[in-house]
Amino acid sequence: MTVVSGSRRAGPDPGPPAADPRSPDRAVPHPGAAARGASRPSVALVVLACVLGACMLVPIGYIVSVVFDIGWPTLSRLIFRPRVGDLLRNTVLLVVIGVPATVVLGVGGAWLVERTSLPGRRGWAIVLVAPLAIPAFVSSYGWGSTVPSVEGLGGALLVTTLAYYPLVYLPAMAAIRGLDPALEESARSLGLGSWAVFARVVLPQLRLAVLGGGLIVALHLLAEYGAFAFIRFDTFTTAIVVQYQSTFAGPAAGALGVVLATLCLTLLVAEASARGRLRYARIGSGAPRPPVPVRLGRATPLAVGAVAVTGAAAVGVPLTSVVRWLAAGASWTEPELPAALAQTAVLAGGGAILAVLVAFPTAWLTVRHPSRLSRAVEGMSYVASSLPAIIIALALVTVTLRTVPSLYQTAFTVMLAYVIIFLPRALVSLRSGIAQAPESLEEIARSLGHSPMAARARVTLPRLVPAMTAGAALVALGAANELTATLLLAPNGTRTLATQFWSAASAVDYPAAAPYAMLLILLSVPAVALMFVHSRKVPAR
Amino acid sequence: MARRPLALLTAGLAVAALSLSACSDSGGDVPDDALVVYNAQHEQLTKEWADAFTKQTGIRVILRNGSDSELGNQLVAEGKDSRADVFLTENSPAMSLVERAKLFAPLDKATLAQVPERYRPSSGLWTGIAARSTVFVYNPDKLSASELPKSIMDLADPAWKGRWGAAPGGADFQAIVSAILKLKGRDATAAWLTGMRQNAKIYRNNIATMQAVNAGEIPGGIIYHYYWFRDQDGTKEQSGNTKLHYFKHQDPGAFVSVSGGGVLASSRNKEKAQQFLAFITGPTGQEILGKGYSFEYPVANGAAANPALPPLDSLEAPAIDPSTLNGTEVIDLMTDAGLL
Repeated sequence: MTVVSGSRRAGPDPGPPAADPRSPDRAVPHPGAAARGASRPSVALVVLACVLGACMLVPIGYIVSVVFDIGWPTLSRLIFRPRVGDLLRNTVLLVVIGVPATVVLGVGGAWLVERTSLPGRRGWAIVLVAPLAIPAFVSSYGWGSTVPSVEGLGGALLVTTLAYYPLVYLPAMAAIRGLDPALEESARSLGLGSWAVFARVVLPQLRLAVLGGGLIVALHLLAEYGAFAFIRFDTFTTAIVVQYQSTFAGPAAGALGVVLATLCLTLLVAEASARGRLRYARIGSGAPRPPVPVRLGRATPLAVGAVAVTGAAAVGVPLTSVVRWLAAGASWTEPELPAALAQTAVLAGGGAILAVLVAFPTAWLTVRHPSRLSRAVEGMSYVASSLPAIIIALALVTVTLRTVPSLYQTAFTVMLAYVIIFLPRALVSLRSGIAQAPESLEEIARSLGHSPMAARARVTLPRLVPAMTAGAALVALGAANELTATLLLAPNGTRTLATQFWSAASAVDYPAAAPYAMLLILLSVPAVALMFVHSRKVPAR
Repeated sequence: MARRPLALLTAGLAVAALSLSACSDSGGDVPDDALVVYNAQHEQLTKEWADAFTKQTGIRVILRNGSDSELGNQLVAEGKDSRADVFLTENSPAMSLVERAKLFAPLDKATLAQVPERYRPSSGLWTGIAARSTVFVYNPDKLSASELPKSIMDLADPAWKGRWGAAPGGADFQAIVSAILKLKGRDATAAWLTGMRQNAKIYRNNIATMQAVNAGEIPGGIIYHYYWFRDQDGTKEQSGNTKLHYFKHQDPGAFVSVSGGGVLASSRNKEKAQQFLAFITGPTGQEILGKGYSFEYPVANGAAANPALPPLDSLEAPAIDPSTLNGTEVIDLMTDAGLL
């Protein structure tokens, strides 16, 4: 029942992991649309999508221009020095240890809540995804301000593993739900034990989810600033921020950016080539039986303990710490708080609307007129958004200052950064929305006398509203928590919750940072709920 | 068949982009008559100044906060298009950087007259607004008085490996290095920085360094004086187990750093900007330094420092013209030494 092959798709998706476009369960275009694959999109649409796609590539262009501007002699002097060696060692260790750790936690957790007799597994399923609602830099503040020995590589691994394992857990959970238990039953009937079934039958089928989730974790590790800066761990991203603070957008920051961007692109290529062409999917229209949960038996206390410890460390500690600092100071009365909340809403909301608008042409093209070109345009967005926010910010500072001064230090530029960073979230939502809006309904409307435009506006557009809203919400909630790019790009006098939190936390004024930390957590809850619900919706085919 | 809806979509996109940029005008850009201060000083101190100034004059002040070198380099990159009216720093190298780029307007004579000559450059293009002293904060449980370093230069000796901390990423420490560069020359500074990279534990800022000394993670650290006095005045949570050691004897480690303020030549609000500088170097502004939260030293004639502080004259600081400190060379040296 399990077969082979689908198209290979380039590009990462640091957006909602559950909605990973590459996962085998992605929505399949309506057959009508597929048959229409040959139909030509309008030239205007293609041009628009290409122009927008090209805009997303500004950060890549910046990196290339840094290489040419600085020139090789200076660049090599700035790159081949002991400090960069240290940063490289730190960053590589972080990825090499951190990613497998998140995979173990993520896949283990997903398997426990989906396929075993773990008591209260519905509740644990939610507990295990909850850390996603705590931004890594808030979690780092929670740990670091309570347990000072959490620092350096060990501390960085602890904090980020706990903050990011849900990025593997969610796709792994979705993939496990989509597995056909018949395979495992066959394996068992052929004499394999539970562990062997897990290792030889389940794990290989999770390969895509693990690779995709692992890639997203790795990209997050490369891009994270606040969590590491807070507990004294240097990576390329933190070093770029320090250089920025010492020299503004100078050559040394650019040179480190070149190395960091190279690391990211290397990861993308490595993941794409590790993915291979093999696909597993149930074919035919039968419905799989619900799987029989594995009896944990005497291992039950151990399993409950493991899940509870993970939840306590990832959610309990940071949350307790925030509440404790909240109680220590009556900071809810700070006059800056409402202003920061309002400015965060304007920037994040504007970014979300812009992201949906920018994503629309590309999403429409890829669903209604799939072609090599549409996939290339889509790929551009994914590659751009896989770059760390610090590089996107440096690029926008430099480009607006040198070439478009009218956009320099404006809210629009901040929103543009949010679009580049979070575009995949909007793309994925819109694409599945468009795929689910049958073209045949439009045809019926037209047969009833509506013009094509009216048919689209009255039939298709209303059906896209939920997808547009969901996409916009995911972008807005991500943007509301964004720290690195906002620090560099915020217009004069503008403060967001994240930057206010950061300035208080950096000044070691923990009580003053607490209300912002709490708001940042509360703001993340809806996005995490959306992602969670989405990944549980995997069709019981 | 897809043409017209897409035209509609394009139009929609354009409208949305326009309305977004309109909203960015209201959300992002600041009113033309508000004073924009590029502020590298402590936000809390500049807010005290700005609030008092607004109360007195009715002029709105908007802060863009950053660090010395970041905002200094940013002003240079922005050139005459900058929206900044005033630049305030914690240390003088960033002021010199902007001065060398010829971006400052001469300050009013009356403003300059409020500050003694040794706290401002002879060019009259900016002025000192406050001062801070380098100190060695140490934990008496880990370091006895006889073990204290005689000079900041000693800290590069192998004997100090792993035994002191600092925040080289900050403009404060970079200013101290610029004093070493001025007093000891390029080679000695490069050697000292190499020693520092071997010896020192690196922290994000002065407070984190002081906290580490307080917790006994390291025996001592290089910071500025006021972090210690602020905490002593408050909860003592971050400094209760520590003491201060002043290097004195005109040692580079006794360096007193001058915070600067200047008016941008490109300012569209020059008069108000001059008014602001006159205010912070005047009696009310300097009194805020002596009585407010900051514990930095006032520099204007006749202004009294917080009584908890040792008198500035007693610190035996090396005599250094604040306008001669070279921030750019320091950052290059520190980058070469692997500290940045």
